[in-house]
Amino acid sequence: MAHEETVYDALDHAHGGEGQWAFGTGFDDPLAGVDTTVPEGVDPADLGAYCLMLGDDALVLCQRLTEWATRAPELEEEVALANCGLDLLGQARLLLARAGSCGVLGRSRDHATDSIPDEDALAYFRDPDEFVHHHLAEADGGDFAQTMVRLLVASSARLALFARLRDSRDPVVGAIAAKGVPELTYHRDHAARWVLRLGDGTAESHRRAQAGVDAVWPLTADLFTATDVEQRLVEQGVAVDPAATRDEVRDVLTMVLERATLTVPAWPADRPSPGRAGQHTDELAPLLATLQGLAREHPAATW
Amino acid sequence: MTETTAEGGHGAVPTSPDVPSGAHPSPSGAARRDWPLYECFVRGKRGLNHVHVGSLHAPDDEMAVHAARDLFTRRNEGVSIWVVRASDITASSPDEKDPMFAPSGDKVYRHPTFYEIPDNVPHM
Repeated sequence: MAHEETVYDALDHAHGGEGQWAFGTGFDDPLAGVDTTVPEGVDPADLGAYCLMLGDDALVLCQRLTEWATRAPELEEEVALANCGLDLLGQARLLLARAGSCGVLGRSRDHATDSIPDEDALAYFRDPDEFVHHHLAEADGGDFAQTMVRLLVASSARLALFARLRDSRDPVVGAIAAKGVPELTYHRDHAARWVLRLGDGTAESHRRAQAGVDAVWPLTADLFTATDVEQRLVEQGVAVDPAATRDEVRDVLTMVLERATLTVPAWPADRPSPGRAGQHTDELAPLLATLQGLAREHPAATW
Repeated sequence: MTETTAEGGHGAVPTSPDVPSGAHPSPSGAARRDWPLYECFVRGKRGLNHVHVGSLHAPDDEMAVHAARDLFTRRNEGVSIWVVRASDITASSPDEKDPMFAPSGDKVYRHPTFYEIPDNVPHM
């Protein structure tokens, strides 16, 4: 929002029915006016599978971030982590809905009733082997320092991807990416500030931040190798090749760590992401049990 | 039980060192008290001025702006945030209430209520 707007411009922007809010609301629909037709020549199954990958990365990391609710070291930081999680949940919802509209529903409909929307069916009624996020998203968060390191890595990689995806030939993916870029920029900024303060803080905070870096770094091996689906979509101008983001992501992470007086570990060799193929660690099942328990126990519950 | 005290602003904050912090305790239970208190002001989309919205604790000025963004503008309320250390605010004292404010209580002619306000002048 432009800071230079006059106070009377601001008054003109007031929406109807907002009188009860002290500051107004004025929420935007990120998909307003976006053509949802699948672009010509693009296989809907590929597009849906791609949206599922990006959506699952956000959904599962969101769950990890919200685990800090009631446990964060400071109240202010608890809200900050939950806000980051909510941003990711919003991205996941749009992406899973796009996957569903492309007919990519896996076995979720075996369990979910018709009244449950696609994105809920995908989030709550898929089994672990149907999730296609990177291991980076599902890994246990560790302590606060490790959580911030993981958030820094995940947001840096996702931001590099989303910045390029704004030009996707799929207008829905493009609009979701455009919505996500400022969100991810904030996540990366927030995480970087904490990594700087922890790395260049006390001896204990430095030790923990370095331990977090050492624990998270091997997970970056999965981030930069395109799957077959991605390769096809890259050729069609829909997806972004993650390999094209590798240098940028590594540069950002190296810069933050060096300023934080942390040691940058050797970069692991790239490998095809097992998570993208539905192969996960033992940490996913308990995470999904928490995420899905209520919806499976009380399908279509509302409150 | 955790004792609380009003430290300023809206803030009733824990003063006991054993603040419960769950499975990931902060290195020092007293850390929170080491963080200065900030008062936060937000200019809303429709607001004319920055308005005091609350207070928070933060390790430094930059993180205070971040925390204020997360605490006070998450429902799309704001376009600008100010934070200031509560200790940097000079306030009037409750003891001076009468000499400070009572003299203006009967000066009705200081209100512009004797003028017609044109319809196209907002916010009066």
